[in-house]
Amino acid sequence: MMKSLPVSDMTEKNTVGETIAAPKVQAVSMPTAHDRFPGVSPAYDRRRRLVQNIFFGLFRGAAAINGIALLVIIYFMVANGWRAISWDFLTQPPMDSMTKGGILPCIVGTLCLSIGAIVVALPIGIASAIYLKEYARPGKVVRLIRLGINNLAGVPSVVFGLFGLAFFVVILKMGVSIAAGALTLGAMSLPVIIGSTEEALKSVPDTYREASLGLGATKWQTIWRVVLPSAMPGILTGAILGISRAAGETAPIMFTGAVFFTPKLPTSIFNEVMALPYHIYVLATAGTAIEKTRHLQYGTAIVLIVLVLGMNLLAIIWRARLRKKLQ
Amino acid sequence: MANRQTTERTMRGLFFVIATASIGILFLIMLFLFREGLPIFKTVSVKDFIFGKYWYPTSDPPDFGIFSLIVASVAVTAVSGAMAVPLGVMTAIYLSEIAMPRVSQIVKPVVELLAALPSVVIGFFGMVLVAPFLQRVFDLPTGLNLFNASLMLAFMSIPTICSISEDAIHSVPGALREASVALGATQLQTIVRVVVPASLSGISTAVILGLSRAVGETMVVLMVAGGAAMLPGSLFDPVRPMPASIAAEMAEAPIGSEHYYALFATGIVLFFFTLLFNIVADTIAHRYAQVGEASL
Amino acid sequence: MDTEIKMSAQDLDFYYGEFKALHSINMNFSPCQVTALIGPSGCGKSTFLRCLNRMNDLIPISRVEGRITLDGENIYASDVDVVMLRRKVGMVFQKPNPFPKSIFDNVAYGLWVNGIKDKVFVQERVEESLKQAAIWDEVKDRLQASALGLSGGQQQRLCIARALAVKPEVVLMDEPASALDPIATQKIEELIHQLKETYTIIIVTHNMQQAARVSDVTAFFYMGKLIEAGETDLIFTRPKKKQTEDYITGRFG
Repeated sequence: MMKSLPVSDMTEKNTVGETIAAPKVQAVSMPTAHDRFPGVSPAYDRRRRLVQNIFFGLFRGAAAINGIALLVIIYFMVANGWRAISWDFLTQPPMDSMTKGGILPCIVGTLCLSIGAIVVALPIGIASAIYLKEYARPGKVVRLIRLGINNLAGVPSVVFGLFGLAFFVVILKMGVSIAAGALTLGAMSLPVIIGSTEEALKSVPDTYREASLGLGATKWQTIWRVVLPSAMPGILTGAILGISRAAGETAPIMFTGAVFFTPKLPTSIFNEVMALPYHIYVLATAGTAIEKTRHLQYGTAIVLIVLVLGMNLLAIIWRARLRKKLQ
Repeated sequence: MANRQTTERTMRGLFFVIATASIGILFLIMLFLFREGLPIFKTVSVKDFIFGKYWYPTSDPPDFGIFSLIVASVAVTAVSGAMAVPLGVMTAIYLSEIAMPRVSQIVKPVVELLAALPSVVIGFFGMVLVAPFLQRVFDLPTGLNLFNASLMLAFMSIPTICSISEDAIHSVPGALREASVALGATQLQTIVRVVVPASLSGISTAVILGLSRAVGETMVVLMVAGGAAMLPGSLFDPVRPMPASIAAEMAEAPIGSEHYYALFATGIVLFFFTLLFNIVADTIAHRYAQVGEASL
Repeated sequence: MDTEIKMSAQDLDFYYGEFKALHSINMNFSPCQVTALIGPSGCGKSTFLRCLNRMNDLIPISRVEGRITLDGENIYASDVDVVMLRRKVGMVFQKPNPFPKSIFDNVAYGLWVNGIKDKVFVQERVEESLKQAAIWDEVKDRLQASALGLSGGQQQRLCIARALAVKPEVVLMDEPASALDPIATQKIEELIHQLKETYTIIIVTHNMQQAARVSDVTAFFYMGKLIEAGETDLIFTRPKKKQTEDYITGRFG
């Protein structure tokens, strides 16, 4: 039933149309297609209903698989790891070659890296979005900038890692450090921030801008005093999403900010740190006792999930409220 | 008054300069990839590097052929695409065409949260739970293989495919749906024959971006693909896609060594893969801009 | 009398959520006649029209009470097949909404989705429908061209052809000429005149001259109520109700 007439059958439309037209002039009394209209056969109707039910079931199933996957992953992490979570786990450094103890340096390191990333990306991202939404006129330049942003968003995370290693760590001599890691993560988060900021700017009604401009305010005054304040909640939602994404990334910081093991907490941005995602990877693949530290791996994963999904959930709820308010 | 105009012009210029930062970063990324990657071609020819079947970067003499890594990346992406594209598009159709608003208000955040799961967590899940399961059920030497990695990657690209497709489907004018329904088409007929064709360019973009995400994803293939730098013979062979190779070996490759250069050169290849995907997606999105409501 | 009623609304109430958009509408439609529904914006005329082929079902929060019958059968009965109903009661919308497909495919669409695959028949029917909609001469040489390349007036006549192709019994038109220029409007009006030989036509319009020109029966809606319905000549020359008179004489706020 899905099949339509192949286009090739219709390529000679003109000739077909005329051949039909010709005999009709001669034979007026011939029954027209209108008179012979067959209607919908009940069998056909039953079949298309059946097909629809089957397909709708498939669509529903596809959507359900997403939910099931999320639940299964979270369930297994929590079921296997909740015993590892304790006050000591959250507040102690790893001990005995990382087979015991906690993950405090990882938590601190991840917070430093992701907050650092957003400190780098937020101002640049907001300014870029302001240019694109408020100043730029459509044209080649804007198209080029957008192409740059889209392609930056598509660069694989491990390539960001390579870039950070070659540029920040080696050339700028930052070494493996919070600074190098945060800059790398910041570069990676930039497209996300630009996207969400633009979205937020778009949601500010044009009447606000017109009112302000009509009162004699300059464009910049309008942006600073009218547009940005009303877009701020949306921008911050995007920032939270950016932080959470940066916190969960591993590949960009493997060579730039995070190390295998360092029990000290960082005191400067040029210190190297441990990070939650890298810690999971290390314990699960290269630790001294992979099987023995399973509970630590699960525990670390839970902490990371709670951190990342918590921030996301916060952003989603906040955004939903904003939308409701706007309506 | 002149003062205000100067400020105005300065601000405008400032924002423009900052807005080009993305292009600047992209340019720097390419610059450094080439700077650190091209020196390997003093040792190996481009042809031998890309089509060489042997990747033994640390043996003596070393072999720098990444063909099996490229094949692994392509295979993993293709298999994950075969799973993620139907699931992602079908979920998008469900969300925008079939589900009651109340249901989609719950399912949408679920998809977003799935997208937010850190890749290392998904890799870890594939490693400790899916791998032993596959090994037992299919009686395999290892559960860390092409299939497992593709399955995990699929769940990372479904949210991308789903959310972009959903936007595309959502922007199909309601008037077209009404016209179809008013002619006695069923809802499924309307979806298949009107809604999906009208949003096909957006859906294609979504699919390409989803695949692009899969080809560049690192942690999952690093932890789950098995790591063997060999051409895969079956769905259950261990493989070593490009990102996995880079991530696993960078720590032990001394800066400035041939191995280090070779890994950057692999990065160039990977970068061009995703660049290609993105340019294709961008072209489709612009050339076949979606057909809106009939204009007068 | 019964034989002359094609469609009929009985005590019809319609709700958008809590809001009651239609209040107890009672009205009959005779076959092969043009009925115009007039009234100020928001009076419920379009809502009523969309009840007649259950297009409002697409709005999740809507609710209908009362009956609408087609050939004596309640179309809101639980065993009624909405898809089949809509094939019998076709619709032309306010804005031309051709599919982004070829002209031929637009008209053939309704036949295909209803399982008619006989190619010769489909071709004949497409041609016939395009002729009926008075657009055949303009498009016969470019049936494979995109429908979006047509002018607004042509698009609307194409949409009419598309609605006619499935041989509906009733054609609903929701301000079909409101987005068109005067010449295109005139063509549509002439077309409506011809079509009433075969079809029962119900047309919503905000243009009273148009209602006077094309319709046999006119119904005046105000604030979700049917104020008055009757022969068009009588409604426009001797309205029984004050509100109707105010509206048609333009004395309406």
